[in-house]
Amino acid sequence: MNEFDQARQTFFDESRDMLREIEDALLVLESGGGDAETLNGLFRAAHTIKGSAGLFGYEDVVAFTHEVETVLDRLRAGELAFGEELAGLMLACADHVSSLLAELESGNTGETADRDRGTGLVTRLRSLYATPEATTRAASPAVEASSDAPASGPCRWRIDVRFGADVFRNGMDPLSFIRYLGTRGELVRVVTRLFDVPPADRFDAETCHLALDILVHTTASREELEKVFDFVRDDCTLVLTRVTEGAPSVETTGTGAVPTEGGTEPVVAPEVVNVAMTRQKEQRAEEARFIRVQADKLDELISLVGELVIAGAGATLVARQIRHMGMLEATQSISDLVEEIRNSALQLRMVQIGDTFARFRRVVRDVSHDLGKEIELEIRGADTELDKSVVEKIADPLMHLVRNAMDHGIETGDERAAAGKPRAGHLRLNAYHDSGSIVIEVQDDGRGLDRARILRKAVERGIVPENTELPEDEVFGLIFMPGFSTAETVTNLSGRGVGMDVVKRNIESLRGTVHVASTPGAGTKMAIRLPLTLAIIDGFLVTVGRSSYVIPLDMVVECIELPADIPAHAQHFNLRGEVLPFLRMRDVFQVEDSVAGHESVVVVRNGTSRAGLVVDRLLGELQAVIKPLGRIFRDLQGIGGSTILGSGEVALILDVPALIARATRNSTLAGPATAGIPRSPGRLLTEIPSSLERE
Amino acid sequence: MERVPYVVAGEFTIYQVAEQKAPLLAMAADADEPELDLGGVTEFDAAGMQLVLVAEQLARDAGKSLRLVAASPAVAEAFRVAGLDDRLPREVSA
Repeated sequence: MNEFDQARQTFFDESRDMLREIEDALLVLESGGGDAETLNGLFRAAHTIKGSAGLFGYEDVVAFTHEVETVLDRLRAGELAFGEELAGLMLACADHVSSLLAELESGNTGETADRDRGTGLVTRLRSLYATPEATTRAASPAVEASSDAPASGPCRWRIDVRFGADVFRNGMDPLSFIRYLGTRGELVRVVTRLFDVPPADRFDAETCHLALDILVHTTASREELEKVFDFVRDDCTLVLTRVTEGAPSVETTGTGAVPTEGGTEPVVAPEVVNVAMTRQKEQRAEEARFIRVQADKLDELISLVGELVIAGAGATLVARQIRHMGMLEATQSISDLVEEIRNSALQLRMVQIGDTFARFRRVVRDVSHDLGKEIELEIRGADTELDKSVVEKIADPLMHLVRNAMDHGIETGDERAAAGKPRAGHLRLNAYHDSGSIVIEVQDDGRGLDRARILRKAVERGIVPENTELPEDEVFGLIFMPGFSTAETVTNLSGRGVGMDVVKRNIESLRGTVHVASTPGAGTKMAIRLPLTLAIIDGFLVTVGRSSYVIPLDMVVECIELPADIPAHAQHFNLRGEVLPFLRMRDVFQVEDSVAGHESVVVVRNGTSRAGLVVDRLLGELQAVIKPLGRIFRDLQGIGGSTILGSGEVALILDVPALIARATRNSTLAGPATAGIPRSPGRLLTEIPSSLERE
Repeated sequence: MERVPYVVAGEFTIYQVAEQKAPLLAMAADADEPELDLGGVTEFDAAGMQLVLVAEQLARDAGKSLRLVAASPAVAEAFRVAGLDDRLPREVSA
């Protein structure tokens, strides 16, 4: 990637951020919040996009954002009032800019549909500021004089520049042109003066009235000097005069008649880009001291750290085997450092979920308009951090849940009023950390899920056999079954029962779970529980038979010895007065050989449910770099992934939520009355279709 | 009229000139000996400079002269680039 491409990429990235800011600001303003500063922020963001687009010669973007800016300016001056209609228009404009940028970025420009939409929007924008704004761009053709003979050796040039009225607004700083010129030659004299300044009461401080008269001693050619001013060519009057003993040659360029060729091709030297962008960069740097790093680079770093963790464990193992004290100490301090590196590396990839949540403001606004429902969105825990790769993959499932809640959950205003609820529905997005997981909740105060209807439907569809008694949790879980939909009217939003099963699958592919709680008439809460990171976990190493298994450490509550008096086929035992369902991992993995010594129970927890896993031996903590399982193992129950131990052995990582679910189900179906009565786990699976267990 | 210099601190760029315009120009027009303190300016651009020049001209039209009593490094650099070193206070321009 050359410098220009990099600058271009930065432009696209930053513009996307700006558009998001614009959208946020518009939504805040629309909901009646915000103040003068919100409006200013809006204006600045639009302005920055326009200015930067100008730098790259994206005339379409500049022309369009200019119209947007004009309207924003009227808003700021109080000449226009902000209403819902205007908000809608402005949002559509932001979308248009976004699609223009996307086209430019991908390189296929010139979609007619886009152009038509753009023209339509411009017409609407213009109708807002009725006072016909005379075209500010002077149309006088440039005087194209023949080029001088190449200058031999340094000579003096006199440069007269009068900047156009919009130079500041376009994000340019005339001073940066002088600074840049200074790098191309020696500035003999610079005179800065004002011109055409109206009386104080009509003077607009954001309109440029500056003119420069510069005498420069340089080896640069006329073309090179002109290039310095390429960014403002359309917006300035530039006169270059070579100061020689003979007759000075005069050339005037600028005033809008120089066509920008190609559009996406660099029309200026990259160093000029840098100079002109400096000001904007400084501005941004002031706001946030961040650097943009490509996500792949971080992934690579994290994958290397993962390898380091494995290699470190290998070294520790060798040191232990040879019982070399010095070596042991050295490997210990190395592994401490590796752990710190691992944590900071993972931290680099942590992002706040707020950005993802904020996107839903727009979704909620648009969807509630389409549905004719009034819906308020509440966002909580926006600063909760999680791994970037998780954030990216959770956006779609979350979108589906949000749409589903708005579409099916929240009733119409009339229905709500009849039920004695406020007319406006309430939708809450919430995120928080809980025992090494992040929990994301989508909660509505709508009609709630109809347990009986779900069950009826499930029977109709043959998903569960007739007269099945299922605990509430599992009934609600049925809505995630493929082909399940209880909506009486299928809408274009989320109706067809396509999706909820995909939602569940997507969440499970992130090693997450989704839990539904619902109260008829009061609303539904969908809670997604996800691991904080997908790359490395702190694990607890255990053995069953001759194999090693890793249990994610943050799910481990405690380890106890298996009480000796437990019947061989019991499904749960009494742990300090509480019923603890448990699974014998030997049964789960069908390990045949006999137990050597005492078995142990690892008590694990996921959210509020707990279970015990009976294993042969406890080996202690380790850091496990998660390696995905191959395709053929994907449907394997109870296994979430694999890792490589320091010894080079492979250990499987247990899928604790799935195991807990299995233990709980065994135990519940066995019923408290039959506790302790031998029961084959295999039989239970025939009662419930196996699809309930996974996917 | 008092002789307290008008102080601009922090950023003084295109983003601030709109709000700075009225008080700054009023000061230039009304004060007997208008003084401007730009010692605390962290960021300065041509728009800021233009406003100072307009204020200066306003004072001059009223038969006074606007004096820059302090200039931060950012301001001093900008004035030098623009060839306006003569406006800077002596200790800065030296």
